[in-house]
Amino acid sequence: MNVRVPSILIVDDEPQIRRFLRVGLPPHGFICVEAANGAEALKIFEKDKPDVVILDLGLPDIDGYGVLEQMRAQALTPVLILSARDDVAGKVRALEAGADDYVTKPFDMEELLARLKTALRHGLQVAGELPIFTTGPLSVDLVRRQVFLRGEEVHLTPKEYDVLRFLVQHAGKVVTHQQLLKQAWGAAHVEDVQYLRVLMRQLRRKLRPDETVQHILVTEQGVGYRLLLL
Amino acid sequence: MMTMTEPPRPSPEALLEATRHEGRGRLKIFLGAAPGVGKTCEMLTQARARQLEGVDVVIGVVESHSRPETEAMAQGFEVLPRKHSLYRGRVLSEMDLDALLLRRPKLVLVDEMAHSNVPESRHPKRYQDVEELLAAGIDVYTTVNIQHLESLNDVVAQITRIRVRETLPDRILDAADEIELVDTTADDLLQRLHEGKVYTRIQARRAIRHFFRPGNLAALRELALRRAAQHVDRDVVDYMQSHAIDGPWAIGEHILACVDEHPASAELVRRARRLADSLKADWTAIYIESPQHLSLTEAEKDGIADTLRLAQRLGAETATLPGRDVADAILEYARQKNFTQIVIGKPARRHFRGLLSGSVVRRILRQSGAISVMAVSAEGAGFPEKAVHTRPADSTDYEPYCFSALGVGLTTVFAGGIDRLVALGTGISMLFLIPVMVSAVTFGLWPALFTAFISVMTYNFFFLPPLYTFNIADPNNWLSFGVLLFVAVIAGNLAARVRAEADLSARRACITSELFHFTGRLTGITQLDDILWATAYQIASMLKANVLILLPDASGRPEIASGYPPDDEIDAQDMAAANWCWDHGQPAGRNAETLPGAKRLFLPMRTGAGLVGIIGLLRMDEKGMMSTEEQRLLDSLIDQTALAIERCQLVQKVDKAQVRAEADKLRVAMLTSLSHDLRTPLASILGASSALMSGHGVYNQAQTDEMLGTIREEAERLDRFVGNLLDMSRLEAGALGVKLQEIDLADVAETALERVRRRLSPDRVQMDIGDVSVRADPLLLEQSLVNLLDNAAKYTPAGSPVRVQADVHDGRVSLTVTDEGPGLPEEDTNRIFDKFYRAKTVDRHVAGTGLGLAVARGFVESMGGTLTASDREDRSGAVFCLTLDAETAESIVS
Repeated sequence: MNVRVPSILIVDDEPQIRRFLRVGLPPHGFICVEAANGAEALKIFEKDKPDVVILDLGLPDIDGYGVLEQMRAQALTPVLILSARDDVAGKVRALEAGADDYVTKPFDMEELLARLKTALRHGLQVAGELPIFTTGPLSVDLVRRQVFLRGEEVHLTPKEYDVLRFLVQHAGKVVTHQQLLKQAWGAAHVEDVQYLRVLMRQLRRKLRPDETVQHILVTEQGVGYRLLLL
Repeated sequence: MMTMTEPPRPSPEALLEATRHEGRGRLKIFLGAAPGVGKTCEMLTQARARQLEGVDVVIGVVESHSRPETEAMAQGFEVLPRKHSLYRGRVLSEMDLDALLLRRPKLVLVDEMAHSNVPESRHPKRYQDVEELLAAGIDVYTTVNIQHLESLNDVVAQITRIRVRETLPDRILDAADEIELVDTTADDLLQRLHEGKVYTRIQARRAIRHFFRPGNLAALRELALRRAAQHVDRDVVDYMQSHAIDGPWAIGEHILACVDEHPASAELVRRARRLADSLKADWTAIYIESPQHLSLTEAEKDGIADTLRLAQRLGAETATLPGRDVADAILEYARQKNFTQIVIGKPARRHFRGLLSGSVVRRILRQSGAISVMAVSAEGAGFPEKAVHTRPADSTDYEPYCFSALGVGLTTVFAGGIDRLVALGTGISMLFLIPVMVSAVTFGLWPALFTAFISVMTYNFFFLPPLYTFNIADPNNWLSFGVLLFVAVIAGNLAARVRAEADLSARRACITSELFHFTGRLTGITQLDDILWATAYQIASMLKANVLILLPDASGRPEIASGYPPDDEIDAQDMAAANWCWDHGQPAGRNAETLPGAKRLFLPMRTGAGLVGIIGLLRMDEKGMMSTEEQRLLDSLIDQTALAIERCQLVQKVDKAQVRAEADKLRVAMLTSLSHDLRTPLASILGASSALMSGHGVYNQAQTDEMLGTIREEAERLDRFVGNLLDMSRLEAGALGVKLQEIDLADVAETALERVRRRLSPDRVQMDIGDVSVRADPLLLEQSLVNLLDNAAKYTPAGSPVRVQADVHDGRVSLTVTDEGPGLPEEDTNRIFDKFYRAKTVDRHVAGTGLGLAVARGFVESMGGTLTASDREDRSGAVFCLTLDAETAESIVS
């Protein structure tokens, strides 16, 4: 396996945020490249081909969504949105435009690192898929279509399995309502969030390991769902 | 034998109509009940469809009023640049008619057809531009609000209390090839108004408040619906006629409206138009120019011409006919032209000054034969007629003299008869006292004196020798002549005075009762607007005048606040008088010492505390002066009103003062909170980080970790505080953008619990929610729960349990958060939901924001729910109860 130190492109117009990331990230095994605006970011993106991008949405020159679109047009490099805007519509828009995940300012370093690792794993593992996926008490046999919770088999309906498999494929990342609906019900039903809600309620009940620990299926209110990687 | 029936042929009129339409553009009108119903959007949508069909569409003028939705819809159309012109130093822009005619598209969009063009444009009104476009063979889509329709102008003013100035002749609407009603319910419209999505030309706040009342909107909507239905009706008739389809045709109703110089004539014309509409009949307005026409004032003559012009605009034929006798002339004309109905004004009082006096109406009613007669009351239109007559009977009225002469004639015949039978001698003279007394009691002093004079002369002529001369031979007869004259004059005088006093006291009683009722009404009203309206109406009806009430605006200058009839305009000269009156507290304007050139008389309204407003009067008759009696009446009306206005303003002031006091208290609380809640975490962060930086190697690992922990916790606390502040400002700015949807309550509660995990450990919380769905906004609900849980964490002893429980009752879900803390503060359980309020624990402020519960309640209420707090009944502790609508419909998952 290629043991290469992954490089991160940090795009943010706030020098303090850049400074803190520049100091904080390398000890965790990253190389940092910085850009203070959209144009600079796109230039570096093309030249250096970073492994992951941390992108602030509020940039002085080009709108963050615009930067995201242009990056997506060039490569499938994972992009992590970093934003002080706490609106659901903005998050959904960024995710639909191809962002891999988002972190809202102010944020926890641990959280950022976890998201970065997830994003990187995806970037590196786009092709290969393990036959058996495990997170915390949950394991999913993707070949035999079997689901186990603490070693005991859980019976899921075909739709529930479809949704779960999609979440497994994007484990650790937030998946929007629309993406899930499209996957399980088809493009005609992307507006029928009610279907998904009812299904998720059942799925969550079936996959509940313990009342006191956090559920492995996390609801991101108004945006979508996330399967935790433990 | 077979009978050939000829197939029915299209009627020539219908065919003529059809050909007239060929070569002419088609007019489609989007009709709405009020601004903001979405006419322009609908027009653009349909134009888009036409454009997709390949039709050449151009925007002549579309008022987007900077509404983004409208602007977005207008994109993709060719927009013809507007023509700019300079008028009185302002640049105004209008639709460029010439450019449109030159460009010759197939279809032009012209918004707001009732709009008045900039002075000096080719046409004063935009609908005339539209007519020119149609004549040039260009199709037009246009929009109009129902209140602009001319025939409904009075009705709309009565409903909304606002006089609409930009009117559209009915014939334009009638001639439209298609009318589409753009309809929305009053509730939706009000909602849009609140969201600021409705622009309106009526800028004054008062006007908007009046205009957009649910009742008004419902009434306007009904008018619009009715009008559109009428047009559909007519379309069907046109179609049936031009295709020679047999049907039950109304047999040529034909209506004749008779106008005169009375101001109510305009309303009569409008009534006639509505009647003609409902009967689908043609109609004609006539004025009979009788000999009395010569005695009319210029203003009255102008009024007649205006009324006839109005009739023309409303689609009537008009005519002015000479005639010696009004009733005869009307009836003759009606018979000649086969009218089926006559509309006349019903005299509202006995001495109706106007051609159509009682006798004329009576005669028309008697002699109309097969023609129906509709007598329209003048009440409710123009001027309300009241029983109070403050003006004396018209002194030029000749009727009393005629009746008196007749009385004397009858007496003479009677006396002659008696004289033949029994020789009464000079006793006959006594008989002549009868008409004198009758006249005095019935008509007053002058007719009585007149009667006395002719009685005496007649007596002399017929009964005193030498007969049939005015000479008197016998000195005895001189005596009886003299006595008769003396007694007649004295008795007449006395009787007349009795009558005058009776009249006066009746009038006074009437006025007193009116005033009494008015005062009663005023005390019952709390809204300033309603007080002004009631006053304006009362003064207008009692004094027969146009009334304006002006109150100071924000900058202290007088501004029109109400009027009867509803009117918002005032010319410069009147405004100058109003200003002077306001500045000096003295009457100004017509018949006053200052600025007598103004049309109106302005009088100050004052109370003990000073000037509260001014009132402007415009008398309908030409006599400007008021009698002392009227002056007294007006004074008491004005006094009452001034007091009522002052009372109202005082109430408002007290309210404002209270609000200000509250605001002050809040500001103090906010400043305390800000300085405390921002500074404390900052102090910890600064202190801990600077300590770490300066003391290399001084602190051991445990100490370093603790300080780092402090920095992190305090930063998180600061973040929560800022979050709450932001939430609060979003709430107050009304910018929440609530999106209600079906939500799994347990799901939201878990997410919330996860967010407070660090402050409230999950093993302290007993969740008992089960399978409950609510209708809510997921983010707002989550934040509300986070704040409730945070509150529980803050005010309860460490480790004590917190129970979260949900129940469903009658379609409502109630979620309770129960803790084992000290319970609610005693002073005021409800204050915990106030902004920046914090319950005091024994000796210190709890480190909190004072915003959490306020935000939670605001969020819950914005979702149509409630949030209340109470003390636990079984032990100490607080119960927070949040209720929301349950979601019952289950979707099917397959």
